[in-house]
Amino acid sequence: MTITPSIKKDFLINLAKNGNREDGRKFDEYRKIEIEPGIISKAEGSARVKIGNTQVISGIKLDIGEPYPDSPDSGVMTTAAELIPLASPDFESGPPREDAIELARVVDRGIRESKAIDLDKLCIEPGEKVWIIFIDIHIIDYDGNLFDAASLASLAALMTTTVPSERFDLGENYPLPLKEPPISCTSVKFNDIVVMDPSLDEELIAEARLTVATDNNGDIRAMQKGLNGSFNKEEIKKVIKASIDNGKKIQEQLYKCVGK
Amino acid sequence: MDTDIKLLENGKRLDGRKPDELRSIKIEVGVLHRAEGSCYLEWGSNKIIAAVYGPREAIPRHTQNPLRAIVNAKYNMAAFSVDDRKRPGPDRRSREISKVISEALENIILVERYPRASIDVNIEVLDAEAGTRCAGLTAAAVALVDAGIPMKDIPVACAAGKIEDQIVLDLGKEEDNYGSADLPIAISPRTGEILLLQMDGHLTLDEFDKALDLAIKGCYIVSDIQKKAITDKFESKPEGN
Repeated sequence: MTITPSIKKDFLINLAKNGNREDGRKFDEYRKIEIEPGIISKAEGSARVKIGNTQVISGIKLDIGEPYPDSPDSGVMTTAAELIPLASPDFESGPPREDAIELARVVDRGIRESKAIDLDKLCIEPGEKVWIIFIDIHIIDYDGNLFDAASLASLAALMTTTVPSERFDLGENYPLPLKEPPISCTSVKFNDIVVMDPSLDEELIAEARLTVATDNNGDIRAMQKGLNGSFNKEEIKKVIKASIDNGKKIQEQLYKCVGK
Repeated sequence: MDTDIKLLENGKRLDGRKPDELRSIKIEVGVLHRAEGSCYLEWGSNKIIAAVYGPREAIPRHTQNPLRAIVNAKYNMAAFSVDDRKRPGPDRRSREISKVISEALENIILVERYPRASIDVNIEVLDAEAGTRCAGLTAAAVALVDAGIPMKDIPVACAAGKIEDQIVLDLGKEEDNYGSADLPIAISPRTGEILLLQMDGHLTLDEFDKALDLAIKGCYIVSDIQKKAITDKFESKPEGN
């Protein structure tokens, strides 16, 4: 669909050879991040995250349902992402396609595998009734790096979520039980150069992509490599180091914005 | 259902409004980077973003009209915009709303200028509280202006309804659920022509006349807010900095 990247490719590569990026950032520098929690009154938790011009809204809804047979004492979480046609001339309406599914699954994994939500505390009646958490990610404006924006928005939304017990006559509302969530940082590689927080143009010419989720001890909690290019060992180590540094900064900002 | 709910007391509505008072409305123009034109609108606690793409080649090709552009409005509700989570994707209700909004906009856009093209208008409801189709159309109109799509006018929508035998402007959540009629309309404010009209509930002929007049009056108030938002954006940024 888009012709621009092939025209821009040489331009971006030449800039990068001199250590520059189109918007003047350093290779390991993020665009400005804005986190705005609690913007949707109908949702149990919500947040808008902007990374540069990219804009994502994540909303949390809770409902009561049956647990999975293999975990009768745990709550259930599901994540869905919609690449709605509002966000880009290249998105079409209809059922989610590969891109949206990968996005939702990477965000889901970051939250699920780090056990950021204490699902064991979301059981109402073992084997019968548990809380079901729906994380819905709405892409509003697509200018690159949806992975980081979507996971950050979902974390901020979860951190401000209230379990609506009163609506279901189950006692008092209480905040969603959460543990410290890891922060995802994404880098892409083109022409042997690795840059963090890719803009849309950088993303469209990227040969390989790596998302690294780190916690505030500096440990790695989840990774996902994408696209058909490759990284060497040195590059991966560098990406992890930069992800830890940026992850710490982003986490500080996140905690400040949600007031924790 | 609790039908004893008092929607009107001492001439005041549940949220303290007078019968002919609108909820508060806030409009921002040009909020998105990728879209050709966009608008963010808050109407009470409704929150809506509209974005316009095009005119561009209509795809699939069989939808093309050799004489004019097609207008493709898509109304979509976010899963988290309502009390009980809505399943993502179009349902019968949103398809119908998309259709009536597309038709209303088609009337006002100079479609004959763009044969074979489509003008895509995406309306996303992020937070819903009654009256989303009116709010959606109003936002879409502003996004079309922001996109520079030539139009005969800036369409605008507003609803009137009936609660406790009283005709009121712009129904809120409870009024919509327990009231006895809802009449959303869209007009072309320059000519007063009606572009969209739906009604459900029960109105006598007199009540209908009253409700229609009130809704039209509401449209003109909203129209002024639209125009102010548009001039605010384009006056504050003169050409060439």
